[in-house]
Amino acid sequence: MATVSLKNLTKRYGNMEIVHGIDLEIADREFIALVGPSGCGKSTTLRMIAGLEDISGGEIDIGGRKVNDLPPRSRNISMVFQSYALYPHMTVRENLGFSLKIAGATKDEMDRRVAEASAILGLDELLERRPSQLSGGQRQRVAMGRAIVRDPDVFLFDEPLSNLDAKLRTQMRTEIKKLHAKVKSTVIYVTHDQVEAMTLADRIVIMRSGYIEQVGTPDEVFSRPATRFVAGFIGSPPMNLHEATVSDGRLVFSAGDSLPLPGQFKSRTSTGDKVVFGIRPDDFYPTGHGLSSGGETEVHRVELPVSITEPLGNETLVFAEFNGTDWVSRMLNPKPLKAGDRIGMSFDLSRAHLFSAETGKSLRN
Amino acid sequence: MDENASARLTRRALTVAHSVGLFLAMLVICLPGIWIVLSSLRPTVEIMAKPPVWIPQEVSLDAYIAMFSGIGKGGIPVLDYFRNSLIISVTSTVIAVAIGMAGGYAFARYRFRGKSGMFLGLMLTRTVPGIALSLPLFFLYVRLGIIDTHIGMILAYVALNVPFTIWLIDGFFRQVPKDLAEAAQIDGCTRWQAFWQVEFPLARPGIASAAIFAFLTCWNEFALASQLTRSVNSKTLPVGLLDYTAEFTIDWRGMCALAVVMIIPALTLTYIVQKHLVGGLTSGAVKG
Repeated sequence: MATVSLKNLTKRYGNMEIVHGIDLEIADREFIALVGPSGCGKSTTLRMIAGLEDISGGEIDIGGRKVNDLPPRSRNISMVFQSYALYPHMTVRENLGFSLKIAGATKDEMDRRVAEASAILGLDELLERRPSQLSGGQRQRVAMGRAIVRDPDVFLFDEPLSNLDAKLRTQMRTEIKKLHAKVKSTVIYVTHDQVEAMTLADRIVIMRSGYIEQVGTPDEVFSRPATRFVAGFIGSPPMNLHEATVSDGRLVFSAGDSLPLPGQFKSRTSTGDKVVFGIRPDDFYPTGHGLSSGGETEVHRVELPVSITEPLGNETLVFAEFNGTDWVSRMLNPKPLKAGDRIGMSFDLSRAHLFSAETGKSLRN
Repeated sequence: MDENASARLTRRALTVAHSVGLFLAMLVICLPGIWIVLSSLRPTVEIMAKPPVWIPQEVSLDAYIAMFSGIGKGGIPVLDYFRNSLIISVTSTVIAVAIGMAGGYAFARYRFRGKSGMFLGLMLTRTVPGIALSLPLFFLYVRLGIIDTHIGMILAYVALNVPFTIWLIDGFFRQVPKDLAEAAQIDGCTRWQAFWQVEFPLARPGIASAAIFAFLTCWNEFALASQLTRSVNSKTLPVGLLDYTAEFTIDWRGMCALAVVMIIPALTLTYIVQKHLVGGLTSGAVKG
């Protein structure tokens, strides 16, 4: 088991810099998720850690050992690929045992470790089959089994669930979490799905265009996003984000509608500042249908027309029109609504976010 | 007649028509082969008869017996020719496939300057008819002193086959997902081991077909061989066929018998290798 440390890690293809000197410390046995939109450099970063891509600058340490120029096989890592990358000409047993065979393990040792991994993942029935005879979920489990067998210092996952259907994805997510609890090794997990990142990781690293936007626990990145990008990326449905201008203790939006400036930001802004106001659908709700935690101190109520609703059973997403655009809100204990209805909406301003329009940085401390 | 019965009838008629069509097509393809075998077994009179005699009246193995009977008794040095053909074809196939694997892999996996130009250049060499090169090649070989040698023929055939083997093998390596080699490297393989353990077995059908094609090209090639060989030192079987032509006569029966002798090994080899040609081996490697 090992720590992983990235120091000023850079990747260039020719003149184009893809990863711009990122720093990251990953603790032993930590589950870290690298998350971001496609092209943000998260997969490249993972591949550099794996040794599948050369690094253009900086340093990678695994377990305190510098591995910059070591080939993948010398890093004691294992990786689960998005495509699973099972060897099609080998049976499941041979796939699982391949790394041991290459390492020159004895037959007994191989059988023992393959049996262990197969027991953890429930692959016993499948050992003599070939990958082409397996379903997507089974292939996924074999790919994870192949990773476990090596008993690596660090597990790398490259979008392992993207090829599965929604139901199976949820199921495999749970399995990965259980697996981590069992094998207790350091995990670096790349995904573009923020739900996967939130549910699995101890800490989330949000990347964008080759930079790290924020590193934090799921709760931190959700409740205290450091930038406008993180605010918009984490959370489903996404946070309502709208540009506004500060004017005499109020936030004035483009079409002229306004809201009171949340108290906590009063000392951090002055009239004329261009800002981005953000509020999560949970903190903007039809009056009486919110998360009545009792903690609301600064609730602003207005009556707004409903434009559409998306019933989800236990809750309904209500799109209400404010300042000429639709703002999404979450309605708990839903009651039937139809487009055009006017309903009372509450903004819980104590939980609102404010970002600088210029830098995108949070104006919270 | 009800609708279902007529549909059933149509389907049956189509099946019959399909079989008849296939039979005719196979007949057209196989007839020359059958004709060669038949001609090797009957006297010249029957071969030359007009209208053709379809069913042989008089069958004998005389031509085969004569072929192996040695000089002066109507024989030709068929064993020498056979040995030359085998040495030249096998060696040049092995070399062409080795180069084809290296080249095909490089074109499929690596990015380098001038890649597409180089690939196009290789393919363009295929557009030059071999016979057009025979005279320059002849002069060159004379200067080098490798006329009528195995090595000369092998060189010529390697050059002839390499563009094709590279092209074919490149296509097969492209079908092997890159992830597999990477997974193998993570599993502890060196680049070299990853190639032999994972990529090579998966591209094997392609490599086998490239080998068959290269072998058959060498085995059957006549134009260049007839220019670059002189004697039993290097004459191959197709060139050996010319031994049956004299100034005023052509021994069609003997020629056909030799042709049969040539065809048998090629047919056997293709039969053996064809089981390696099963495609679709990569299915199940990636994606759900």
